[in-house]
Amino acid sequence: MLWRMCMPDNPTPSGDTRELTVVQALREALREEMHRDSEVFVLGEDIRIGGSFLFTLGMVDEFGPERVINTPISESGFIGLAIGAAVNGMRPIIDFQYGDFLFTAFDQIVQQGSKLRYMSGGQLKVPIVIQLPTGASGRGAQHANSLESFFFHIPGIKIVSPATPYDAKGLFKSAVRDDNMVLFCVHKHLYGSKGRSLVRSKLAVSHVPEEEYLIPLGKGDIKRHGNDVTVVANSLMVHHAFNAAEKIKERGIEAEIIDPRSIVPFDVELVIESVKKTGRLLIVEEGNERGGWGAQLAAQVISQAFEYLDAPILRVASPDVPVPFAPNLEKAVIPDESRIMDGMRILAQGN
Amino acid sequence: MKIKLPNPPKEEDLDHFKEDFLCETYRRMYQIRSFELRVNELFLKGQMPGTIHLSHGQEAVSVGACMALRADDIITLTHRGHGQALAKGVSPRALMAELFGKSTGCCRGKGGSLHIGDMAVGAFPAIAIIGASSPIAAGLAFAFKRRGCDRIVCNFHGDGAVNKGDWHEAMNLTAIWGLPVIFLCENNFFGVSTHISDVILNEQLSERANAYRVFAVTIFGNDPIEVYREVAKAAERVRKGQGPVFIEALTYRQGGHKRDDPATYRDQEEVQAWLKQDPVTLFRERILIDPRISDEEICALEKAVQKELDDAVDFALSSPKPPIENALEDVYA
Repeated sequence: MLWRMCMPDNPTPSGDTRELTVVQALREALREEMHRDSEVFVLGEDIRIGGSFLFTLGMVDEFGPERVINTPISESGFIGLAIGAAVNGMRPIIDFQYGDFLFTAFDQIVQQGSKLRYMSGGQLKVPIVIQLPTGASGRGAQHANSLESFFFHIPGIKIVSPATPYDAKGLFKSAVRDDNMVLFCVHKHLYGSKGRSLVRSKLAVSHVPEEEYLIPLGKGDIKRHGNDVTVVANSLMVHHAFNAAEKIKERGIEAEIIDPRSIVPFDVELVIESVKKTGRLLIVEEGNERGGWGAQLAAQVISQAFEYLDAPILRVASPDVPVPFAPNLEKAVIPDESRIMDGMRILAQGN
Repeated sequence: MKIKLPNPPKEEDLDHFKEDFLCETYRRMYQIRSFELRVNELFLKGQMPGTIHLSHGQEAVSVGACMALRADDIITLTHRGHGQALAKGVSPRALMAELFGKSTGCCRGKGGSLHIGDMAVGAFPAIAIIGASSPIAAGLAFAFKRRGCDRIVCNFHGDGAVNKGDWHEAMNLTAIWGLPVIFLCENNFFGVSTHISDVILNEQLSERANAYRVFAVTIFGNDPIEVYREVAKAAERVRKGQGPVFIEALTYRQGGHKRDDPATYRDQEEVQAWLKQDPVTLFRERILIDPRISDEEICALEKAVQKELDDAVDFALSSPKPPIENALEDVYA
């Protein structure tokens, strides 16, 4: 198919310098896990042709329609089905067309999948990974949700949001082997490194080793070292923060960029260690500011490391509006490099 | 509101059923009835915490179905699930203790009446959200089919579920993928206070399953033999891989929706007609006509059930509460 040819290729280079995009790394992780464990299968809408972001491209040829299952448009139905299959010993992976459609299955996630273990007194476990394209990408309000904070409130769910290809692969493999329901949020701009409106940063394409590795859920990563201000950002915002840090260093400000990599569990300790050094904290998230995960992090840092803070904690997030379509309005709403640089400057220089 | 009166079919001759089968069917129905009435009593005395949805009047559906299923089949339960749990073999002790929120309960006290179940006997801990269990039942069945085994899933649900999206999605998914599920609809005509005829135009709910090309029947659900026969037929079909079956079993909720509901919204003609079709009383009379079964035998069986129930209540009352630290356990595996 012609449109496939325009998209990132399957990984071909090998050796120490092999570089992959996020979607290539994810696909490789999926293949490896499906080869490793016959209980792993994947289902979702249009995955016969690779799904909406080509995560499952070629999988049906390799694993057959019994393990790569094209579903009807029945999100609540097939999430419920995945829960039942998971309880009964399988390890389903769902390739969601758009994360935004997860709300049509809210009950199955929040009332069923996340609670069955607890309500049953530990009789059941629900190992599922739901791969979710998230965030704003020029598609209007109903295809632009940042899902992390919606589900952050719910006990019993894990939430992962990788920013780099290396992290995407290691985290995905851990998610598949985890015995809980894992929401695996990937920003729509992060899948490939080519084409228009995709993210550009030094982190967007990275070295991904061919040998197996796992990255544990709940362990953050320092993407850039610096002594002046700590910046915590996830997913796409890691790239904006990284680019902002590279630009602002000309003004003598060295920012430390921390990527928590998973929102639940959250590596608060890593943030606190950095704040002890910098005394300043900027939290960047794409979702709406009200009730965002950044608010919880700010509260935890204040209660656990108040004496190390030299300035109020700042947050950069979207204002509390749906995401507008008009490109200039979307740009105005979604946090970008300039807003992050403003935050860094205010914290480091007080203006 | 258009009232629904019972229309029992001609009773089948019981001669070709084994005596043990008939006695066990009655024992389970009597056990459920006694359990429910005892629970009601404990509530009225203020001894039992929480809320409760009693199933007396619907015993023939749970028992007839579970007699036709295998021990290694799985049932999913509803919010009105005490009878389903007992019929599948959950122990009265573990069930009663769960209702009291004790650590010896089948869910260690963390589920309560609305979430009872024990996977060891194939009773999937109950899902109290109407319709939500149907896709999950489809998934349990999906795993059975994938393994190539002939185990099946029976998804108990009420008439309310057929107005929910999850039920429709599950109906379609099981149909297109030929999954081994029996959807067993206990149609008791009421969603809390709302009569079925006010919210569904179909004369029979099986019409809706038919729309998905799911094999569907409507049966009289107050006769355990009728239910047994239909579920056994469905199980054979489903086990062979011929796709899901929907059974609408017409029955009646003898009590209110929950413990503090006097159910005054019901039409008395309908209530009285269904009380005359009480499944436990009628089946007792019917098996006593059988020369192989004596009155003494049935009385002894009833006495044993009452003794078992006394023991279950004592066990529950004397069991320890869950330790406080349990509140923080089992959030993640």
